[in-house]
Amino acid sequence: MPQMEYIDAIRLAMAEEMARDEDVFVLGEDVGHKGGVFTTTKGLLEQFGDTRVMDTPLAESAIAGVAIGAAMYGMKPIAEMQYSDFMFPATNQIISEAAKIRYRSNNDWTCPIVIRAPIGGGIFGGLYHSQCPESVFFGTPGLKIVAPYSAYDAKGLLKAAVRDADPVLFFEHKKCYKLITGDVPDDDYIVPIGKANVLREGDDLTVIGYSLPLHYTMEAAAELEKEGISAHVLDLRTIQPLDKEAILEAVRKTGKVLIIHEDNKTGGVGAEVAAIIAEELLYELDAPIMRLTPPDVPAMPINPPGEKFYMLNKDKVKKAMQHLALY
Amino acid sequence: MTQSGSVKQTFRHHELGLTDDQAVDMYTKMLMARAFDERCLLLQRAGKINFHVSGIGQEAAQVGAAFALDRDQDYYLPYYRDYGFVLSVGMTLRDLMLSVFAKAEDPNSGGRQMPGHFGSKKLRIVTGSSPVTTQVPHAVGLALAAKMKRKSFVSFVTFGEGSSNQGDFHEGANFAGVHKLPVIFMCENNQYAISTPLHKQISGRISDRAAGYGFPGIRVDGNDLLAVYEAVKQARDRAVAGEGPTLIEALMYRISPHSTSDNDLMYRTKEEVDEHRGKDGIMQFKRYLTECGIWSEEREQALLRQLREAIDDATAYGDEAPFPEPEDILLHVYGDQAGEGRA
Repeated sequence: MPQMEYIDAIRLAMAEEMARDEDVFVLGEDVGHKGGVFTTTKGLLEQFGDTRVMDTPLAESAIAGVAIGAAMYGMKPIAEMQYSDFMFPATNQIISEAAKIRYRSNNDWTCPIVIRAPIGGGIFGGLYHSQCPESVFFGTPGLKIVAPYSAYDAKGLLKAAVRDADPVLFFEHKKCYKLITGDVPDDDYIVPIGKANVLREGDDLTVIGYSLPLHYTMEAAAELEKEGISAHVLDLRTIQPLDKEAILEAVRKTGKVLIIHEDNKTGGVGAEVAAIIAEELLYELDAPIMRLTPPDVPAMPINPPGEKFYMLNKDKVKKAMQHLALY
Repeated sequence: MTQSGSVKQTFRHHELGLTDDQAVDMYTKMLMARAFDERCLLLQRAGKINFHVSGIGQEAAQVGAAFALDRDQDYYLPYYRDYGFVLSVGMTLRDLMLSVFAKAEDPNSGGRQMPGHFGSKKLRIVTGSSPVTTQVPHAVGLALAAKMKRKSFVSFVTFGEGSSNQGDFHEGANFAGVHKLPVIFMCENNQYAISTPLHKQISGRISDRAAGYGFPGIRVDGNDLLAVYEAVKQARDRAVAGEGPTLIEALMYRISPHSTSDNDLMYRTKEEVDEHRGKDGIMQFKRYLTECGIWSEEREQALLRQLREAIDDATAYGDEAPFPEPEDILLHVYGDQAGEGRA
């Protein structure tokens, strides 16, 4: 099975979907000749032409809004936001429009768009090239939100997103682009939206999360195994709608749960996951629900010690897991 | 003027390629929109409905524009005062009354949205929302689809002069200019954004902005139905010829308060409103049709009777139609079953 980087898997998903369906097209800032600032769309223009790999004016609300209009006609746009930090000008288009088009028209109109945006820090990007915006969009019914952890999921989830009948926000972690490599079949598989994935079976504690921090979790879990602590790890993969059954099943397995993400603690996805567990399983827990996230500051700073203090890493995750296991 | 033999007097609507029947049809649609609007104001005052937002004074531009489009294939993104427009592209009085009463059968939204939030895929009226001007980039996206799929439709979008200040106007217009897309932007400049007059909204001309986007911007008397018809027709011809977008600023006056929740005499005088009532596009067109010899007081009275019956019928139909089931609010969050709303 071919090994590839997370970023190559994203590119392959777009290329395959564009080859499969001529209504699929990519638009965004610098996605054409440059191939994107991260090279995510590199080579697509040569393969599909500048009509289907369209460099847009620098205006995020138009990128989203024009994609929405095209989608209402029946096209399948993949709109790229250069950094998720820059998608806030498009928030009105995403929340007031894309999320509500099916609902407000009583199922008459639909809006099958994909909006891809690189999230997260750890790349010395400072406040405005490092944020995780999930919680801004999370809790808006009508939107689906996915955040792949592996190269395999990146390809499969993006293909599923393109084929989905509703708007999907595809949050790819920019630190994963080159850091993460994995097996990616070159066949036409998809990873279904709405289904979580057990990354690791274990008995002592459960870790639930999504995206980059799960890599730290898996490294920590391997080390803890040697200390006799067995961790069960669940990757949400889709953060909206949440796979409630999978969450409950993963927690039941161990009775202890640590929820982990890079987005802010207050109002983050983890708060909702914790609430679901508290509503359904409170008396089956052997320890309080724990969360591990960066601190609630507006965004991470660019200076290396500050960024390091903000970001999660293997040691922070391991410490939290040990603490919970020994509770 | 005398007519003799085969020499016929030329009328403006003939020069524009409109038949007498079409001219009368346009007049009928304007009066229908006005009658609908006035009935809604009454229904709200009578406590039968909660809210109405009016388009009185804007019908001429709306109807003129609609008749200039290809009503078999173009896509429309009207704003919330466009009753004259939607009635001209196939929406019926019953459809509108079902929306006013928020009933299940409402084709716009199944009784979900406020009245004036139009939508019908069958009629290619694209669903709209309340945050203003979001429809402008959508119109550009539809025009992009036309270009990509090599279709000959155009998209037509309207908005108020207040809305023209939103970033989405600029972003959409700029995008359309860059890609020379087949879209027509029509600003219904009715002089007020709720209470804020034009001079506190805009210091230049809206039509002049088009120069910055690299396409023509024209200003037209929005009370002159035929002038608007001509402007939109030319814009459509440009669009299908691949020459790109056009911005049309139609000047008019919002005769009604902003909505039934607004007391407009807080910010303007009765004298000002009355002055503009005298310039009403409907009255002007009636005078024109009469001068052309294709309209009479007799026909006027017959039409008014017919419209009154149609409005009565639509009102009763909308009033008596069932509401959606309460649980229906859970439907259509997503296309797949798994994603339906959760109580």
